[in-house]
Amino acid sequence: MKPASHHAQNTYIGGHIERVEDYRFLRGEGQYLDDVSRPGQWHAAFLRSPIAHGRIRKIDASAALVMAGVHAVVTANDIEGDIPTIPFRRPNPTIGPYAQPIIAREKVRYFGEPVAMVLAESAELAEDALAAIVLDIETLPPVIEREAAMSDKVLLFEDVKTNVPTVFNADKGDADAAFAAADYVIRDTFYTQRQTALPMETRGLLAEWDAKLGKLSVSGAAKLPFFNRKAMAKMMKLPEEAVDYIELDVGGGFGARGEFYPEDYLVAFGARKFGHPVKWIEDRREHLMAIGHSRECSSDVELAFRKDGVILGMRGSLYINIGAYVRPNGMTPVRNAAQFMSGPYRVPAIHLDAYAFVSNKTPAGTYRGPGRYEGCFFIERLMDQAAAGLGIDRLEIRRRNLLTHTEMPYPLATVLPSDGRAETQCDSGHHLEPFELVVHDSKWAEKSALQGTLIDGRYHGIAIGSFIEGGASGPQENVRMELHADGKVGLYAGSSAIGQGLETILSQIAADYLELPMDRIVVFHGSTTYLKEGWGSFGSRATVMGGSAVLDAAKKFLAAFRTHAAARLGVTIEEVTVSEGVARTADGRSVPLSEVIADGINVDGSFKNQTPTYTYGSSFAHVAVDAGTGHVEIVDYVVADDVGRIINSMTLHGQVMGAAVQGFGSVFSEELVYNDEGQLMVGSLADYLVPLASDYPVVRCHSLENWPSPTNPLGAKGAGEGGIIPVGGVVANAVANALSSFGVKPNVLPLSPSRVWEMIEDARAKV
Amino acid sequence: MKLPHFEYEAPGTLDEAIALLVAGDGMARPIAGGQSFVPVMAFRLAEPSMLVDLRNIPGLNKIEIGAEGVRLGAMVRWRDILDHAGLKTALALLPEAIEHVAHYQIRNRGTVGGSLAHADPAAEMPTIALTCDAVIDVVGAKGKRSIRAGDLFIGPLMTSLESDEIIVSVLLPAWPATRRWGFQEFSRRRGDFALAGVAAFYDVDASGLAQNAHIGAISVGDTPLRLTKAEAVLNGRKIDDATIADATAAASAEVDPNGDIHASARYRKALVGTLLSRALNAAANRKA
Ligand SMILES: Cc1cc2nc3c(=O)[nH]c(=O)nc-3n(C[C@H](O)[C@H](O)[C@H](O)COP(=O)(O)OP(=O)(O)OC[C@H]3O[C@@H](n4cnc5c(N)ncnc54)[C@H](O)[C@@H]3O)c2cc1C
Repeated sequence: MKPASHHAQNTYIGGHIERVEDYRFLRGEGQYLDDVSRPGQWHAAFLRSPIAHGRIRKIDASAALVMAGVHAVVTANDIEGDIPTIPFRRPNPTIGPYAQPIIAREKVRYFGEPVAMVLAESAELAEDALAAIVLDIETLPPVIEREAAMSDKVLLFEDVKTNVPTVFNADKGDADAAFAAADYVIRDTFYTQRQTALPMETRGLLAEWDAKLGKLSVSGAAKLPFFNRKAMAKMMKLPEEAVDYIELDVGGGFGARGEFYPEDYLVAFGARKFGHPVKWIEDRREHLMAIGHSRECSSDVELAFRKDGVILGMRGSLYINIGAYVRPNGMTPVRNAAQFMSGPYRVPAIHLDAYAFVSNKTPAGTYRGPGRYEGCFFIERLMDQAAAGLGIDRLEIRRRNLLTHTEMPYPLATVLPSDGRAETQCDSGHHLEPFELVVHDSKWAEKSALQGTLIDGRYHGIAIGSFIEGGASGPQENVRMELHADGKVGLYAGSSAIGQGLETILSQIAADYLELPMDRIVVFHGSTTYLKEGWGSFGSRATVMGGSAVLDAAKKFLAAFRTHAAARLGVTIEEVTVSEGVARTADGRSVPLSEVIADGINVDGSFKNQTPTYTYGSSFAHVAVDAGTGHVEIVDYVVADDVGRIINSMTLHGQVMGAAVQGFGSVFSEELVYNDEGQLMVGSLADYLVPLASDYPVVRCHSLENWPSPTNPLGAKGAGEGGIIPVGGVVANAVANALSSFGVKPNVLPLSPSRVWEMIEDARAKV
Repeated sequence: MKLPHFEYEAPGTLDEAIALLVAGDGMARPIAGGQSFVPVMAFRLAEPSMLVDLRNIPGLNKIEIGAEGVRLGAMVRWRDILDHAGLKTALALLPEAIEHVAHYQIRNRGTVGGSLAHADPAAEMPTIALTCDAVIDVVGAKGKRSIRAGDLFIGPLMTSLESDEIIVSVLLPAWPATRRWGFQEFSRRRGDFALAGVAAFYDVDASGLAQNAHIGAISVGDTPLRLTKAEAVLNGRKIDDATIADATAAASAEVDPNGDIHASARYRKALVGTLLSRALNAAANRKA
């Protein structure tokens, strides 16, 4: 299947096309939330719990309220009736009691939980006032780590009697039978550390209440404006039409930014209650303690093999620390880790239990490649250990187990309780293709000689691993296409732009289909004012879902053009052909698009799809480890993936490289550390160590489009997350390979210099 | 993380600056590049009544190389040190160490005086000053005085400066051309504060033995440290593998660093030895 655009001469799709957004961004003309202000606006600052677990006795704001420039202090007492809780995006039967209230009333459950909001004339004055509020809290024993949480000795939610909201089971075939029949079993424990996505732009909101119209407008939307509008309307007890979400430029999302957080409600509540626009810009310190965390997962897992290296089954338990509450998508990484741990491998029998447990830490959500990064780390570490145990080459053992095109569609494990996506299957592909491409381009054969060798004081190692990336999250996306008075085509998209180049991608697709130059397309996105309904950008969906909706709208747009042109030419629609913005009859008469402006074209397009796409690929790492300092250098890193259909190789490679480097941060340096009292020890970017451009080499990317997705007319698959998924497993395996003479097992992330050095020292001490 | 309220003055003379500090009665603070103190204020760890900006005071940004040594004005920025051709021969250890300070933008603003007064044990300049037996010239309400580096740093982010005293310059005594030296540090990312660092130098006497060994360590104590036991190992010995191994062991043994979220104490203790060994190898192999 080769789903070409409908005319062969269209060349935007598949091109290496510069981003149309960048002209604005590079000139400093981006409009981010903090660039927007309103007359009479008040500024919000949040008083946050200074302890992890406690009972609020009293909040005394009287000293703050008399300070110059301080207008109001909002606490739970100002909320009438029950404190609203934030709705789930992916509900399941047992998580109801764990939903996050928009402000703490009786209890605080994490360091950083909002307990009061100051509204003042400036952000500075609001922050000054925080220090004047007296918060009287009785300390309760904090529940920080897995053992304490799962023992249920101290409960976070006394009414529900367990700290484990949900155990997901991922099942396929008969795992116990597979293990009973196995020649070889490898079992180990692993840990991926708590992280956050860290978009460069922190969160922020500007809420305005129009009392006359009874309308609330919220600027600063990202990711899911339409869902959040519904959530806000429900919690505010307003009709949905009374709430608008406005999306400006967004400085990154990565899964965390744009979810509904407590502050979203409180800022809007302040605007509504006091009749002043309220603005809040999150600072970095509170960002680290307030936005969704992710990835804190330990596991005890095993793989069963036949002696020729063929995988027979997978079993085990995953334990995910989801923090103090179940946030809107807090369960996504948990159920994903269980469903996707088998990744690109043919695993006929699976039984995994994924425990989500609450603790007195910041509540978790998604981060790029949620659950998949964790699962890929576990299985790739097991694969390398199994290769060693079975005496099979590391490439060979993978070749025997990677999925092939003859097996498509390939069903993954079913995950229950269902959150609406219990079952899923890989849609298309031949996993050996990107694998062999990486083997070739990395010069694996040549570099094999390096494994474990000491050159100039550093140990060299190599590794390869593979991944699948889910994309095209359903159920639907909408766009509207309108012919503007200046002859340009306005494209109003339900998808959100979070920095990924959405305007470029959608313009390319529209321009190709309409046969117009790209600069005739103007994209408007993300705001609820453009469309009645939309979905947004998450789960690597905007190109596939939004792009396919553009095709539908473009088809209707051309039909409308034909209709108008036929009327003007006095012929039937069938007698008119349209190409390159001109409608023509056989006898040579024509009407350009600009002539039908007065007739008006305004069409809706949509694309419905509940079947995800699965991009897949492989990556390679060559590392050099300094045993004296524990420093690991990435000498070379190669990724190849098959994305079904390449829309723009430049933005695609930007996604893959960016994700890979973000993954280096995950493997080596980023960690949200808590002390025993549940205090977050990471307060700034001097502590939360994101990867710097100067620390890593250029990631080399290759993209294939050999196996288009059958699920959508573009044949495209999601591509925003894949790059990060294999990094943990591949880099850890390369480090293990480099240090093979010590027999170390890098099963705990991050591989900080201190940890790498200690692994080596401990191994040395043993011999 | 918004700044608290403060008054701001940028006087044109040292006398005026000191008068403002005296008037502030301990609540006014000098400010130089602002790269350390502005974050401190943003975190509300300090709420001074006034910042006295030293930028308009003439003569504080000079680098002078003379017979007595290298004199750096308090307002000399990291960038000025790295751009200065003469320093690479007069006191090569200095630019080599300053290369490791932070990032571009910060090196364009951060100053020598600010770093010495901030007294961060993880910073490069305080350890260089200590290792090189530097003398810091200050003026205050009671007049001028000179403070030996070893007497300036009294605790983490603590100095023996009075609240009305301003650092004017620091003198790093002259180096013989034949001095052997090495500098090594390790940080988690380029430009981060060091997990540990070592500055070392020694002179070689007529019989080829090390004398006058100086070893300073970054980030393994409450203040910049001199590793006197390791120094003692070097003095009077030939710098060969055996000596280096002994000095390395002595260095690791004499420090008692804290662990933190970036590295364990055990790691830092060993790292000092590793870095010293590398610094001494560099020193021994450097062409005099
Ligand atoms: C992200 C980041 C990374 C950094 N990394 C490093 C690093 O790796 N290594 C490193 O060494 N530094 C690092 N720094 C700190 C930087 O080098 C600072 O510039 C330096 O420590 C202080 O210089 P300043 O001029 O900015 O001082 P300021 O911030 O202006 O002042 C610091 C303190 O010194 C006092 N002060 C300033 N001048 C005088 C004076 N003449 N007399 C008396 N008191 C004075 C002030 O009152 C204040 O207490 C980093 C900073 C940042 C923001």
